[in-house]
Amino acid sequence: MTSQDRVPMVQLLNPEGEYGVPSAYAEYGKYIEALKEEDFLKFYRDMARMRRFDYEATALQRQGQLGLWIPAIGQEAAQIGSGYAVGHNDHIFPSYREHGVAITHGIDLMSILKMLRGVNHGGWNPDETRFHLYAIVLATQTLHATGYAMGVKFDGKVGNGDLENDLAVITYIGDGATAEGEASESFLFAATNKVPLVYFIQNNQYAISSPVATQTTVPLFQRGAGFGVPGIRIDGNDVLASYAVTKKHMDDAREGAGPHLIEALTYRMGAHTSSDDPTKYRSKEEEEYWKARDPLSRLEKFLRRQGINQSFFDECEAAGEELSAYVRSETFALGNPPIENMFKHVYSEAHPLIEEQLAWLEGYEASFENAPEQGGVA
Amino acid sequence: MSNTVEMSIAKAINAGLRRAMQDNDKVLVFGQDVAQLGGVFRVTEGILDEFGPTRIFNSPIAEAGIVGTAIGLAMRGYSSVAEIQFEGFIFPAFNQITTQLAKIQNRSEGFLSMPVVIRVPYGGGIGAVEHHSESPEAYFAHTPGLRVISPSTPNDAYWMIQQAVASKDPVLFFEPKRRYWQKGPVNLDGPPAGMHTAKVVREGTQLTIATYGPMVTTSLEAAAMAAEEGTSIEVIDMRSMAPIDFNTIIESVKKTGHLVVVAEANVNVSVASEVAARVAELAFYHLEAPVIRVGGFDVPYPAAKLEEKFLPDADRILEAVDRSLAY
Repeated sequence: MTSQDRVPMVQLLNPEGEYGVPSAYAEYGKYIEALKEEDFLKFYRDMARMRRFDYEATALQRQGQLGLWIPAIGQEAAQIGSGYAVGHNDHIFPSYREHGVAITHGIDLMSILKMLRGVNHGGWNPDETRFHLYAIVLATQTLHATGYAMGVKFDGKVGNGDLENDLAVITYIGDGATAEGEASESFLFAATNKVPLVYFIQNNQYAISSPVATQTTVPLFQRGAGFGVPGIRIDGNDVLASYAVTKKHMDDAREGAGPHLIEALTYRMGAHTSSDDPTKYRSKEEEEYWKARDPLSRLEKFLRRQGINQSFFDECEAAGEELSAYVRSETFALGNPPIENMFKHVYSEAHPLIEEQLAWLEGYEASFENAPEQGGVA
Repeated sequence: MSNTVEMSIAKAINAGLRRAMQDNDKVLVFGQDVAQLGGVFRVTEGILDEFGPTRIFNSPIAEAGIVGTAIGLAMRGYSSVAEIQFEGFIFPAFNQITTQLAKIQNRSEGFLSMPVVIRVPYGGGIGAVEHHSESPEAYFAHTPGLRVISPSTPNDAYWMIQQAVASKDPVLFFEPKRRYWQKGPVNLDGPPAGMHTAKVVREGTQLTIATYGPMVTTSLEAAAMAAEEGTSIEVIDMRSMAPIDFNTIIESVKKTGHLVVVAEANVNVSVASEVAARVAELAFYHLEAPVIRVGGFDVPYPAAKLEEKFLPDADRILEAVDRSLAY
């Protein structure tokens, strides 16, 4: 498609669903060989789940149940593969489209829908889930991930060869966000402090309407090199490459190798958000090109080659129905938050303005409770 | 006064930081040139020798990175004291401070706290080049989720820095750089008050001056000059610009009926403006004159040869005092 597409990339599963490890990428093969059939099925199950969730959320937005939806269709392999490569102690700093990564770490998907409905700004516990809150201001999370990884290093939790206690950090950013100065500052701090951090760039080709060429003239996997963060490009629509390459670099980071960057070449098959209209800036031909590289059907082809029979895919379909029903009913059941919520947790410690303004608003609201009906004729 | 030592504001901040670092081994100090050099104002001098490079270290010259990593460290359980070398260089970090640091506690519904102190030398009067003399506190005082304080004496510097470090909320700690070398007693036995409590630093009956940071000294000079002419001025060191301790100011205004608010910052939409608005709201019937603000003009901070004309001095304060009392 573009000159950038001719840069070599790690691909272990081709668009026809054929598995093979090119000799140049032999080091990644062992991570796939260690997987069992159940792992491949889990990848498919969650990629299908992620896509189904996306369809349902899109429908809910169109029905006015969500204020906004941020689709991730087409990025299932990048997210589910890398998500499962993250270890049980590791911490994840997402951007705002990482619904699939959330699935791999047990986040209740309603937490995401609550936010997009406007009930809150996040509110899950990052310490418990290790999946940090969505960052809407682009690239801000890369510095939080770097600081967190600095803390991990200060705690001596790197390079002990102790997988139970050592940990690494992964942060997700998009191709557009790499243009933010804070991404560059993050590369610099990560390199100079040699922290256990992996950058996972999902290059989905567009930042809203701006193609990736607006953000860079060099392939993004090279973006960190000048700062001391080496990088590698993978086929982001290949779940096995996504898993194996992320797993290797998270393991390396945990063992003290310092930061690394992965550019996953993928495609945002849907719109930027439900407010966007991709027909204004990209062609049908381009969409068809990427449709032929759909990560979900690619994995399906692979599994069928492996002899997985139809009943498994039927089960996934049924699970999707169940997920849709759950998401719908839970969304319809969400009430509006109580007014005091906006005053909560602005500060950890007491604050006179907050207390005064909450008291005023409560009094104001209460003043309507016993008020006579308006609008009657005297 | 058994345990009182004389020291400068710079040394008092240094001593307070050391004590905070002794009390809690999760306290880290970082920023540009803070380690071997001890910062361009030597406020962190000697801390490297006492605590070593795991507790105090130099950061790259990247302010967003300094604050952004402080946020990440807070998520990992560390309490950072990040230095911004001069107030004019805080703006590359403005995004991290206002969209992240200030909001993460709220975004996480209290699962995360943000014990981050940002130390900022601020204010003019040192004959510096552009971007080294400004007073940008209003930007931060305007932002929900932040706390903004400024000490004016060594004793307050010593205790308020410790209180800021102990706070679970983010604190912008504005240091009056032209007063760094001003000496005074520091009582090591206990803090004078909470870091958000205003303090009457000179009692008087006819007019109240509310001020903070570097202008406390100037306001006290003005009050002393006024006293020679028989005018009794009460001076309040606000100490905190967010939240503002309005009660102390209101109590004083109820007694004097006149208020002048003094700060170096340009007056338009400033902390002083907020004091004026709230006092008009809460003590309207006690006021015998409009609240008058004395501060910098609404121009970019001028070149050094003009800063004397830009900054309020005792005479400018007394001109406002006369105007208020003439009502």
